[in-house]
Amino acid sequence: MNSWRSIWTIAKREVVGLFASPIAYVFIIIFLLLAGFFTFMVSNFFLRNEANLSSFFVWLPWLYLFLVPAVGMRMWSEERRLGTLELLLTMPIAPWHAIVGKFLASWLVVTIALFLTFPLVLTVNWLGNPDNGVILAGYFGGLLLAGTYLAVTALTSALTRSQVVSFIVSVVVCLFLILAGWPPVIDLLGRWAAPWLVEFVASFSVMTHFASIQKGVVDTRDLVFFLSIIVFCLFTTSVVLRMRRAG
Amino acid sequence: MIGVSNLRKQFGPKLAVDGISFSVEKGEVLGFLGPNGAGKSTTMRMITGFIPPDEGEVRVGSYNMLEQPIPARRLIGYLPENAPCYTDLTVLEFLNFSAELRGLYGEARRKAVARVAEMCFLENVLHQSVETLSKGYKHRTCFAQSLLHDPEVLILDEPTDGLDPNQKHEVRTLIRRMGEKKAIIFSTHILEEVEAVCTRAIIIDRGKIVANGTPDELKRRSPLAGRLTVKLAEGSAADVAKKLDALPEADGASVVSESPPVVTVQPRERDKPALAAAVSQLAARENWKLLDLHAEEGRLDDVFRSITLPDTTKNRS
Ligand SMILES: Nc1ncnc2c1ncn2[C@@H]1O[C@H](COP(=O)(O)OP(=O)(O)OP(=O)(O)O)[C@@H](O)[C@H]1O
Ligand SMILES: [Mg+2]
Repeated sequence: MNSWRSIWTIAKREVVGLFASPIAYVFIIIFLLLAGFFTFMVSNFFLRNEANLSSFFVWLPWLYLFLVPAVGMRMWSEERRLGTLELLLTMPIAPWHAIVGKFLASWLVVTIALFLTFPLVLTVNWLGNPDNGVILAGYFGGLLLAGTYLAVTALTSALTRSQVVSFIVSVVVCLFLILAGWPPVIDLLGRWAAPWLVEFVASFSVMTHFASIQKGVVDTRDLVFFLSIIVFCLFTTSVVLRMRRAG
Repeated sequence: MIGVSNLRKQFGPKLAVDGISFSVEKGEVLGFLGPNGAGKSTTMRMITGFIPPDEGEVRVGSYNMLEQPIPARRLIGYLPENAPCYTDLTVLEFLNFSAELRGLYGEARRKAVARVAEMCFLENVLHQSVETLSKGYKHRTCFAQSLLHDPEVLILDEPTDGLDPNQKHEVRTLIRRMGEKKAIIFSTHILEEVEAVCTRAIIIDRGKIVANGTPDELKRRSPLAGRLTVKLAEGSAADVAKKLDALPEADGASVVSESPPVVTVQPRERDKPALAAAVSQLAARENWKLLDLHAEEGRLDDVFRSITLPDTTKNRS
């Protein structure tokens, strides 16, 4: 009960900070512009004449690759640069309250941006007869994907005082999470590696799990995959913060 | 209220705090003195639970900071060094945020924020962004944050740093007043502040406590402490000096001026009360017309320098 109040207080402050900075506005506007550009111009949404949103979802992991770390990069590095970490962690709260609160706040901003793509859903429904369950699953997968990238960024931002370094490192890590299961990479790997190895590497990829959720079936294994990366990264963030304090 | 025993902290090869122990009770204001890099801030960070100590124990109220950090922190108000604040918030937002983390909501929060804003003279800047505040106002904003929950224990790392003389005075008065009911530790480089505010002072040098006592006790450790100045209406200064030097309690006398004759006497083994009595008896016997007789109290900066200077010079070579 008390924990949720502290988490709520921290999340609220973080959201205010994100909109004031104004990373949140920039993120939402650029995300919407790029999402529109890729879906309509690059994927030829109208010419395809398909009643689904796959031309949008196929770009999502790549769009998020650069935009989500931009939202999360200041999460802890700013706190350390300003010295407010000392203030925050000497308050009568557990460190995980702060970690979860900040994470949820950034996730909320990403969620708002994703929600604002709803005109796409209206359009496909107006043009044809899509399976809205599949679309909903796709959005759900998009949220999990964003959460995973954000958790990675939370960890990298705890490691450094510099937002730029935090951004670059998290882009690289997220890129690995994409490439491990990207069909061209899998094909390349399949030429010389044993199939079990290919499968093992691919199982670490957000692409494999995101693609399977997009089919409309939310499998527990996919859910567990995303949630365990999130939990692992946030837990490691708390370890890093503790080690940093110990000097 | 605060008990610290045998605290140690090492950063890489650097031993920042080397076995510090002390305790502070309610009604005490403890001043932390020491040269730059002595380990004052590190000690305070360990007391507030920000840095875990390598060794040793911190007790706040009835809680052990390592085992029950959350209830222990509830008792503490903390002003970190350099007064960090969230620059993207306004002063009011910052204080509201801090109050909520302290478990104050609704009316209780509003009252607490109004109270500290008044105490720290922040009413005029409540709606200003912290980023645009001057250094002193930023400092006071962070100070205000530490008072929100009216804590029993206050840990203030250089609370008067960057304040103008009026504000310095206000903050000192505030600390002294609050010290009657709270246990307060504050660090400073301003020695007059120690005399004006502290009930006790600790001097730390290179991670160790090198002096611990009331400001008066510390001042008495000054090499000049107890030296008497004798001023007469008439007579020969050299003659007076010779007679004073002959006193068994005295350890040398020297002439300051010939007419009127002024002579200073250094007591033996800092035997101040006995020397003063002996001098006044001598004056009565010799029928001297005493204009003035006073004892040097000693100065804290002399004490500070004599305790910590040898080490600093050693470091330099
Ligand atoms: N996080 C850290 N990592 C490495 N060394 C540190 C760290 N924090 C402090 N130190 C070192 O520990 C020593 C004590 O520092 P501390 O900040 O406690 O000094 P201080 O007494 O507060 O000095 P000042 O009067 O300048 O504020 C210094 O030599 C400092 O360089
Ligand atoms: Mg310091």
